Amino acid sequence: MIRYAWLVPLFPALAFPVIAFITRRLRTLSALVGIGAIAASFVLSLGILWETLTSGVTMEKPVEYALSWLALPGAKDWVLKIEAGVLVDPLSAVMLLVVTLVALLVEIYSVGYMHGDPGFSVFFGYLSLFSASMLGLVLANNFFMMFFFWELVGLCSYLLIGFYFHKPEAARASLKAFVVNRVADFGFMLGFFYLFLMFKTFNFRELAEALPHAPHMGLLAVAATLIFAGPIGKSAQFPLHVWLPDAMEGPTPVSALIHAATMVAAGVYLLARAFVLFASIPEVSLLVAYVGGFTALFAATIALTQRDIKRILAYSTMSQLGYMIMAMGVGSMTAGMFHLTTHAIFKALLFLGAGSVIHALHEQDIFRMGGLAKDMKVTTATFVLGALALAGIPPLAGFWSKDEILLAAYSNGYTGLYILGTVVAFLTSFYMFRLIFVAFFGRRRAGLHGHESPKCMTVPLIILATLTVVAGFIGAPFVPHGFSSWVYFGEPHHLEPNYFVMVTSTLVAILGIYLAWLIYGKEVISAEALAQRWRSIHTVLYNKYYIDEAYLWFFRRVVLGLAEAFHWHDRHVVDGIFDGVGDTVRWSGYRLRYLHSGSLPVYALVFFAAVVVFVLWVATPVIGGIR
Amino acid sequence: MPVWELLSVELLTAFLGLGLLVLGLLVPKGQKRGLGYLAALGLVGIAALAFALREAQGVVWEGYIIDPFGTYFKLLFLFAAILTCVSSFEYIGRLGNGEGEYYALIILSTLGMMILASAGELITLYLGLELMTISFCILATYRRGDMKSAEAGIKYIILGALSSAILLYGLSLLYGSTGSTLIKDISLVVNSGGVTPLMVVGMIFLLGGFAFKMAAVPFHMWAPDVYEGAPTPVTAFLSVASKAAAFAAFLRVFFVALGDSHPLWAEVIVALTILSVVVGNLVAIPQKNIKRLLAYSSISQAGYLLLGIVAFSTLGVGAILYHSMLYVFANMGAFMVATVFYNADKSDEIQDYAGLARRSPLLAAVMLFSLLSLAGIPPLAGFVSKFYLFMAVIDQGYIWLAILAVLMSMVSVYYYLQVVKVMYLGDPPPGRPAIEVPLGVQIALACSLAVLFLFGIYPTPLTNYAFSSAAAFFH
Repeated sequence: MIRYAWLVPLFPALAFPVIAFITRRLRTLSALVGIGAIAASFVLSLGILWETLTSGVTMEKPVEYALSWLALPGAKDWVLKIEAGVLVDPLSAVMLLVVTLVALLVEIYSVGYMHGDPGFSVFFGYLSLFSASMLGLVLANNFFMMFFFWELVGLCSYLLIGFYFHKPEAARASLKAFVVNRVADFGFMLGFFYLFLMFKTFNFRELAEALPHAPHMGLLAVAATLIFAGPIGKSAQFPLHVWLPDAMEGPTPVSALIHAATMVAAGVYLLARAFVLFASIPEVSLLVAYVGGFTALFAATIALTQRDIKRILAYSTMSQLGYMIMAMGVGSMTAGMFHLTTHAIFKALLFLGAGSVIHALHEQDIFRMGGLAKDMKVTTATFVLGALALAGIPPLAGFWSKDEILLAAYSNGYTGLYILGTVVAFLTSFYMFRLIFVAFFGRRRAGLHGHESPKCMTVPLIILATLTVVAGFIGAPFVPHGFSSWVYFGEPHHLEPNYFVMVTSTLVAILGIYLAWLIYGKEVISAEALAQRWRSIHTVLYNKYYIDEAYLWFFRRVVLGLAEAFHWHDRHVVDGIFDGVGDTVRWSGYRLRYLHSGSLPVYALVFFAAVVVFVLWVATPVIGGIR
Repeated sequence: MPVWELLSVELLTAFLGLGLLVLGLLVPKGQKRGLGYLAALGLVGIAALAFALREAQGVVWEGYIIDPFGTYFKLLFLFAAILTCVSSFEYIGRLGNGEGEYYALIILSTLGMMILASAGELITLYLGLELMTISFCILATYRRGDMKSAEAGIKYIILGALSSAILLYGLSLLYGSTGSTLIKDISLVVNSGGVTPLMVVGMIFLLGGFAFKMAAVPFHMWAPDVYEGAPTPVTAFLSVASKAAAFAAFLRVFFVALGDSHPLWAEVIVALTILSVVVGNLVAIPQKNIKRLLAYSSISQAGYLLLGIVAFSTLGVGAILYHSMLYVFANMGAFMVATVFYNADKSDEIQDYAGLARRSPLLAAVMLFSLLSLAGIPPLAGFVSKFYLFMAVIDQGYIWLAILAVLMSMVSVYYYLQVVKVMYLGDPPPGRPAIEVPLGVQIALACSLAVLFLFGIYPTPLTNYAFSSAAAFFH
């Protein structure tokens, strides 16, 4: 199966042109092509994971094969080797399965959610293109190829955020996502080019081997930091997080697939792929850990006050990605990847559940919902299950993976980050159950009535909910040969269960739920009064720390001001030079044309004159005995 | 390998050419279109054979070398000849006479090029060169009664004779100072350090002769006039195959026989490169005629190919092989469009291409992508090949030369896009019908487009072939 891993991205990659050029008019067929392709990839990924785990393929002994794409054979001192290759180890095998599984369920769900949309076929085309790019990114065996697909997923994200391009907010959001990611990707690109200059290779494994012989640790740290800019942008970490909440303007299945489960996790995946690079430089690891930890707290506090159901989930995603990045920073790739896996499942579940609500109500403000539990039983049950998992209630998936991260921080000596992580766990359970008590229970605040969504939407919810219950056990501490013996860095470390950490985080989560129930369920504590009491904090949080405004101010004042200056310079200086050069070029073209008089004797004369000049030039030194 | 097997490609080509000549007399007027089909099919078969024999190696009668390098060029000539034949069916059919001879001449000139690419001896080399040149002289005048065609023929025959004379003089000087016409013997003499002034003169004469065929500045004066006047398919063939043949012969003589005197002629090549790249690209700007525009573009392409010679390395030779192969498809694509357009509208003026995109999306697309490939825009193959050529000179320390070449490539984008602008943004003249493209030409256009995209996106198969041929040739 592993030999055919290259087919995994190929199926959806072929589905895209088929939908775009052939089946576009036929909506049902387009959906079938998209779903069929990703289903084939899913089945293949299952086989690959199975073979990886049973045939002795480990992190140290991966399967790698590649085609040479561009090389410079016979060059004297320039080395260039760009490959199109596949690297299969437990890390990529797990990721393949996560991506294909979520993509498959989301595509099935979309049949119901996008029903009746004029861009139905195009939507499936984009989803296929996205899946192909994401799977290519996962399988890439070198930085160059990974960057190629990294840019492609960025493009798909742009196209899908702006799917409702006639809505000005959607168009703006897609542009914002694109521009912010551009900044980050530029850093990433510089970083791996820098690595290439140092080690003459893009290949992950060759880099890992060459790393101990790095010419200069300082330069290496610079390269690693630049590469980390990529995850900061793509995984929406502070300070480049601003695009993710706005990205919620895209259709909800897109938010579930791209902006919760897979693409935003690509940054975490990159950190895991290049883990050896970050692990070898403690300073950069520390930076990674604190950026992740800070984002986790920062995003969770913003989520406390938001009113839009998708934005709450978006900030929650950001916060959870912060957890994963923090895990990478404190040195536990296992914990980070495990949380990525479980988070992909329950966050996709939550987004699809939110989509089901939006599909029924055409409303996203939770304070205009309420009492939905009576109308939408399946959605409510699965959503609550997802929220419990996110809050970290045992024995659901989120509990095991979040615990792993907290334990890693605790046992690797990052006590500050451990406490921070525990606080975030409290905040998480509070804001999630605020959402649930307000939207699904209690009185109907705006008199809106929901209705349950069609089967093709509820079945994916049920499947994901089942997985949310089950998936945690693959990495639970008492399970032998579980997740930590597949995906690891260095030695497979099986952390002993630490009951102190477990009990604390569970208690904190229950406390969060209880508090949410007091305020929004039973309403014994008035939310209004609290907001009044701490009005300044509430306002700051509600306005997301004014980061967007700060960027806007910076953009309006500084960037546009500079732009004006550059514009003037461009118009008067650069244009002058270039117009001058261009005119000179054109003018000389017109002048030189007159050499071609069409007269035969002139042609012959030029020919002979040239020969004579060259003879004199070359032969004179020889005759003179100089050569 | 027996001699007949080593020579099978050349023998079959000769047989095909002579056979067509005879058949041309037997086939009644009006059914001569079949000769064209026969020529194209025969060439396809020979190309398949040449591909099968691509690894063949051997020396025939001391002076005729069969090696992967030569066979690579033979394949290139065959591809160019096939595309030329396919685009000629309509064009030559309309001229109304001499169809059999036309295809025979195309194939005989191909034979001449093959001999040039394989010659390991100076007289053989000259024989191939003359076979090619004389065939082209006749082909250039094929539009009988057309003043421009006649002018093109006269100019080509007189200037071609001059260049042949110089070349032949060079060959005799080389023979006189080394005592042998065999390339391997000459290389032994040069190797032992015996460079005499007479030999240097001979070297430059040779260089002038080859540069004439390459259409490198300042030996390029004939090219625009001949390109403009000759029948369009002939121009296409002339611009790609005869140029590549000159490079093949040049590489064999200068890299093998005179390789050890490289420092002597290196600077001259640099001068030719700069002149070709600059003059070719600059003078292309004001051109109004598509064939003249492509003529200057082909002069600049000679300059880019010369970069590979400047590099004087395996990478450089490989880059020449790769670039010249893709140049065949890009340039033939553009010329095939010009041919079809001329058949429909009887014009080669760029302004008449206005609105071509609406009259025939296929023609406009092929022209667009061929020009973009010539300009070296990714993801087309021309980008990869220029990348290799530039890297080849950078690798040898000529960074400034690479910068100049890149700047001039930017200039070339300007005049290529001028054509594109006319085709896509211009309005078609009222009352002009959509252009019908014959099926054979459609297939040929689709093939060359596919090649440009395929080797632009995934160049490795062809680069591997080109670079292994180059490595075997240049130790």
